[in-house]
Amino acid sequence: MTVSNPDTATPNPLARFIPGSEDLKVITAADGFTEITADRSRLIGVLRVLRDRPELDCNLLLDVCGVDYPMNEHRFEVVYHLTSLAKGHRIRVRVPVDEDDPRVPTASGIWKAADWFERETWDLMGIRFDGHPNLRRILTHEAFQGHALRKDYDPEKRWVLTEAETFVPDWVTEPDEEEDFETQIINIGPSHPATHGTLRIVARLDGEIITRAECEIGYLHRCFEKMSETHSWSEVIPYTDRLNYCSSMINGVGYALAVEHMLGIEAPPRAQVVRVILSEFSRIMDHAVCLGAALVDVGALTNFWYFFQPREEIYTLLESCAGGRLTVSYARIGGLAHEVPADFEDQVRYLLGYIPKFVDDVDKLVSTNRIFRGRTEGIGALSAEEALAWGWTGPCLRACGVPYDLRRARPYLGYENYDFDIPVASTGDSYARYLVRLEEMRQSLRIIEQAIDNLPDGPVITDNHHAALPPKSKVYTEMEALIWHFKLIYEGIKVPAGSAYLATEGANGELGYYVVSDGGGKPYRIKVRPPCFAIFQAYPHLLEGHLVPDAIAILSSLNIIAGELDR
Amino acid sequence: MKPLTTVNVDRPQRGFGEWSYLGPIVKGLAVTLRHFLRNFFGQRDVATIQYPEEVRQYSERMRGRHILTTKDDGSLRCVACYMCETACPADCITIVADEDPEATVEWEKLPVSFEIDLLRCVFCGFCVDACPKQALVMSREHDFVFTTREEAIVGIDELKQKGPIEEEDLGYRPYY
Repeated sequence: MTVSNPDTATPNPLARFIPGSEDLKVITAADGFTEITADRSRLIGVLRVLRDRPELDCNLLLDVCGVDYPMNEHRFEVVYHLTSLAKGHRIRVRVPVDEDDPRVPTASGIWKAADWFERETWDLMGIRFDGHPNLRRILTHEAFQGHALRKDYDPEKRWVLTEAETFVPDWVTEPDEEEDFETQIINIGPSHPATHGTLRIVARLDGEIITRAECEIGYLHRCFEKMSETHSWSEVIPYTDRLNYCSSMINGVGYALAVEHMLGIEAPPRAQVVRVILSEFSRIMDHAVCLGAALVDVGALTNFWYFFQPREEIYTLLESCAGGRLTVSYARIGGLAHEVPADFEDQVRYLLGYIPKFVDDVDKLVSTNRIFRGRTEGIGALSAEEALAWGWTGPCLRACGVPYDLRRARPYLGYENYDFDIPVASTGDSYARYLVRLEEMRQSLRIIEQAIDNLPDGPVITDNHHAALPPKSKVYTEMEALIWHFKLIYEGIKVPAGSAYLATEGANGELGYYVVSDGGGKPYRIKVRPPCFAIFQAYPHLLEGHLVPDAIAILSSLNIIAGELDR
Repeated sequence: MKPLTTVNVDRPQRGFGEWSYLGPIVKGLAVTLRHFLRNFFGQRDVATIQYPEEVRQYSERMRGRHILTTKDDGSLRCVACYMCETACPADCITIVADEDPEATVEWEKLPVSFEIDLLRCVFCGFCVDACPKQALVMSREHDFVFTTREEAIVGIDELKQKGPIEEEDLGYRPYY
């Protein structure tokens, strides 16, 4: 099976910078990535060159994942996605691995971000990473047998878990001789009001200071990726709603864009503008939830209500378009499910006037308040280099001073035509993250204002019936349309064989979909690059030297959404 | 292509007022007092709804409990084509089909059983999109309770349309 539709005619411009590139296959993939196929013995050398050589400068590791091809000579493939913020190029490194010896050297010494991504690949695909400091299961329970994303793992298989949580980090039991006082281990979560979802933190305290911490995630793991392999391409859309459930529209749009890219189609202009409007509203909601909850955690309750009032109004808009409030399922491959309601423009304009008041109120209430500043300034600060090494994207990275936003770096949905500024701060602490999110809400309103002024007329879904259902009026009356309808429902969309990584700017950062198709009606493999996952793996390290209440303030400022973290 | 423009949001502490807590406290009290006075005496744009006495008005696209629509003679419009069952992402629809004994043409299909597991259902509306006969639509009813899991598996009797549907009860259905 071949999974690539490369452009082999033109030589890749980056190939000359990679030593020994004659033996490595360096090509330009259809999704714009420079694709390098490297043997595992050369992997670390290649990755180091990619990071260190100034012409390549890949400072951000986006994703590590495994793909299983049981019919191939080398059964597994480990795929690394990298990007350079300065140069803008994107690189994919593919490493074939044999079934009888599924081992790859670890990249966690090169990018810290590789840590959890490699653990996930081990957990779900069963590929060992030699030299990894802590190669344990991450999303499934320690007692889980087998590796769920392998093709020979039965999706119907169920395990009954009888034992309780057993994980205790090694360092908990080790005596620490340097400390004068007796240390204490505390456990926060998994079900704790301040964890905003189910996650567990084990921390060692010296007095009131956290000296070491470790996180346990996976309590909300549903194996989205395995489920999508057993459903047709369009049936995956309701599942994407449940990734980041605070801004479900953005997930669906991101997925639809990835599949549209594989199909070589584009949504009609009107659908694109409506997608922009609803995505930006979703971003505002997501930030409202994050900031509202973060402020509650530091003791400022009123803001929660001020933010939830406009959020309810936005839900009403989404509901009048899609029929659902939280899980909208409005995006479709090729456009949108339905035309927007007749009063869509009025509703949007009403919200444009309604939301800023609440943002300003919160700004006035807390931004300059010394108590709030004292709780958040200098708390959980990270430098720009560190944040990039951990694979941070989105508002958290921008708070460290890096103006990286996919809406500008790699525009999609016509974002290149909108005027907006990227908010950046320089301190990288919880306070900076708060300020960046607050300003992003205002910038999103600016985008919506421009979008609604230029909302084009026309259809909202493509008339290509290989991808989109024909309109119902035709299905009821025309034979041809009825046949298309039957074929699409029963066989699903036939996505050409190949693979693509497409990313959109989610509310928390880069939300990437690595999609592999074998030409059938179901996805062969979908890997989600959740922004939270990379952000949260830095969290135990951020905690060191902070107080327990600071741990809560940091956690809420990072905006960890368990649905997206655990998938 | 618009250029990348950034706006720095850093906010260094300014002045004696901010340092001494005074300015922000006065400003903060003014904001909360304004909200209080406006809600207490004025426009009463209080967002809280006194549910269940007061209910939110949902749109005509609200995805609620399913309805199996009927023809004028009261028989089901459903022809047991299995499209909704195939399109369902949650696999919550089970149809058993048989020949319609009263059909005027040969081999007319009819569902002898049509079950939806409402606890599995995610209310995405894909079944409504898939139906080629407008035999399955959704209502705005969203607040139903069950005491057992078996009770949540509803069949034709519970789902079948009973008399004409009021416009304000009708939810998600085909639009064009």
